[in-house]
Amino acid sequence: MSSGPVRAAWLRIEEIIDPLFPGGTNPMRNLGALACLMFAALLVSGIYLYIHFDTSTDGAWQSIKRLSDEQPWLGGWLRSMHRYAADLFVTFTLLHLLREWVLGHYSRFRAMTWLTGVPLLAFMYVSGIGGFWLNWDVLGQYAATASAELIDALPMLDGTLARNFLDSGAVSDRFFSLLVFIHLGVPLMLLFGLWFHLQRVTRPRILPPCALLLGQLVFLAAMALAWPVTSGAPADLDRVPVALALDWFVLHPLPLATALSAAVFWSLLAVLFGVLLAMPVFYARHTEPVAVVDADNCNGCRRCVDDCPYSAITLEAHPDGKPGKQIAVVAVERCASCGICAGACPSATPFRSVSELVNGIDMPQQSVDSLRRKLVDDLAHAETAPVVVFGCRHGIDVERNRSVDVLGYNLLCIGLLPPSFIEYALRGGAAGVVVCGCADASCEFRLGNQWTRERMLGTREPHLRRTVPPDRHRVVMLGRHEQGPLDAAIDSVRKNTSQGGNP
Amino acid sequence: MNKPLVWMGQAVLYAALAAVILVFTRWPSYQNLPADSALIKLSISHQGKVLGDCVELTPEELAKLPPNMRAPVSCPRERSPLTVEIDVDGVLAYRQVAQPSGLSSDGAAVVYHRIEVPAGAHAIEVRMKDDARSEGFDYTRSETVTLAPAEILVVDFDAAERRIILL
Repeated sequence: MSSGPVRAAWLRIEEIIDPLFPGGTNPMRNLGALACLMFAALLVSGIYLYIHFDTSTDGAWQSIKRLSDEQPWLGGWLRSMHRYAADLFVTFTLLHLLREWVLGHYSRFRAMTWLTGVPLLAFMYVSGIGGFWLNWDVLGQYAATASAELIDALPMLDGTLARNFLDSGAVSDRFFSLLVFIHLGVPLMLLFGLWFHLQRVTRPRILPPCALLLGQLVFLAAMALAWPVTSGAPADLDRVPVALALDWFVLHPLPLATALSAAVFWSLLAVLFGVLLAMPVFYARHTEPVAVVDADNCNGCRRCVDDCPYSAITLEAHPDGKPGKQIAVVAVERCASCGICAGACPSATPFRSVSELVNGIDMPQQSVDSLRRKLVDDLAHAETAPVVVFGCRHGIDVERNRSVDVLGYNLLCIGLLPPSFIEYALRGGAAGVVVCGCADASCEFRLGNQWTRERMLGTREPHLRRTVPPDRHRVVMLGRHEQGPLDAAIDSVRKNTSQGGNP
Repeated sequence: MNKPLVWMGQAVLYAALAAVILVFTRWPSYQNLPADSALIKLSISHQGKVLGDCVELTPEELAKLPPNMRAPVSCPRERSPLTVEIDVDGVLAYRQVAQPSGLSSDGAAVVYHRIEVPAGAHAIEVRMKDDARSEGFDYTRSETVTLAPAEILVVDFDAAERRIILL
């Protein structure tokens, strides 16, 4: 699933949407963060609803109706936002799951994040369906009885739960309060599970970029104002709710279970969860060599620890035994083989006067030394001063651009590039340097683009020296098919050189 | 891409999302029960009779037991399964033999089943057997009921009155 036409199609769709949402605000690249935003909207609106909610069988429906009738501009509006946020939460979460599946983001260093995410689906559905119970209108009645009958189909229960909804007198206020606590408790468990889900991710994007966040909130608020949610008739357990305007986003498991039979539904669900949980094991992507630390060149400066996107590096006492000196240690199972750590290492500067450039932390499959050798060799054999293009193998293929006057190098990630290589290439005879990362918010390793930008701007170590002429290098973040902007960047630095810029 | 185009593109996508949300939060309508139908909910939770009789233990048997467990009478815990049948208009609509719950089979046996019937008058006969040692059914109830469309008729067992009830 991690490769092939589906993956290519998904990435193409994202690239098509990219121009409409500039600056990394493409919703398709922020699905997890959007789901978190909707969850936050649910929590905030839910607090207000709970303050006004009557947790009794007779009072529940009336208290919600009062909200809509007596304070449509606040209570009714928040109630509608609560419902639409739930619909969007389910939508974004399922799309987030689908995206990570299609892109193959479930194995190796992402396995723990994947495995801790799968159970959250169950919490999401229990929270969502449980919310409909509380309204206690005909839809709530259907949701309650159908879900009770579904749960009763599990072994050991055998119809005991559904007996709580047999007739009008069966649902006591105490039982209804229990339903309320389910709707409060399960989302809190979801929140706790979310914390686990993000444990292996450094600097997770919990909320989308500002423009997208505002757009989504305005969208949600406008929907709630324009199309307020209203209750159906109050629940009547002596009658079957016949035709229902179902919220298919949240309640679809219930009619599906009816259509398939509860036993088939649970079996399919078990298989689905089994497959999802087994994905990291059975569909593991090929293992790449992970980062390797060289004790003689690592002084425990911590930069690689700070820059690693997956918390794969820790510091331990240095084997040379000097007091207080530390060394980076790579957790093999968490290493993404992105090389961002190599780009962060202060010993990665190509100006070091050693024949073999041994880095404190490096990638065996694409060492900084091999990059320097290749660059030196290529520059030495260039007929004219070439433009050097450093790219990412997950983005636009810059090696395909190689020509007489363009040298392209696809790196494991653009974050692997030590900024000093730009100055080194210019001093070595390059006409200019273009650093080409992936499109905004599409970095395969999450933080490669961000660290590269900050290193070039001088706000993150190791930084590009200010003495490097800014007109001789460009940093661009492009999608895989944006050849035009890349050509423009190459022409731009070459033009600056021909106009007399000096390295 | 210039700003007006970006704004227009975003507006189209947001509108599409709104349309999807609005449509699928209301449509298509779900038919939970066919029109002009009613529902019979057979729902009984009942402890069957114990399967064996209590027996008095002999002094020798009592002596073999730990001092704190020397109850003079030993009663079996296992209960009879519950057999329930329901006829609608003279035709057997459902039959279930429910086993007692619990690790020692000493809990209640539960029967829960939904039967959809056309609205109108129906002759209903419910039979229940809760004693494996007796012959035939221990409880029977026959009734003609008239059910309005969407009406729910609950068939239960009143343990205090020891009779099948229709709610």
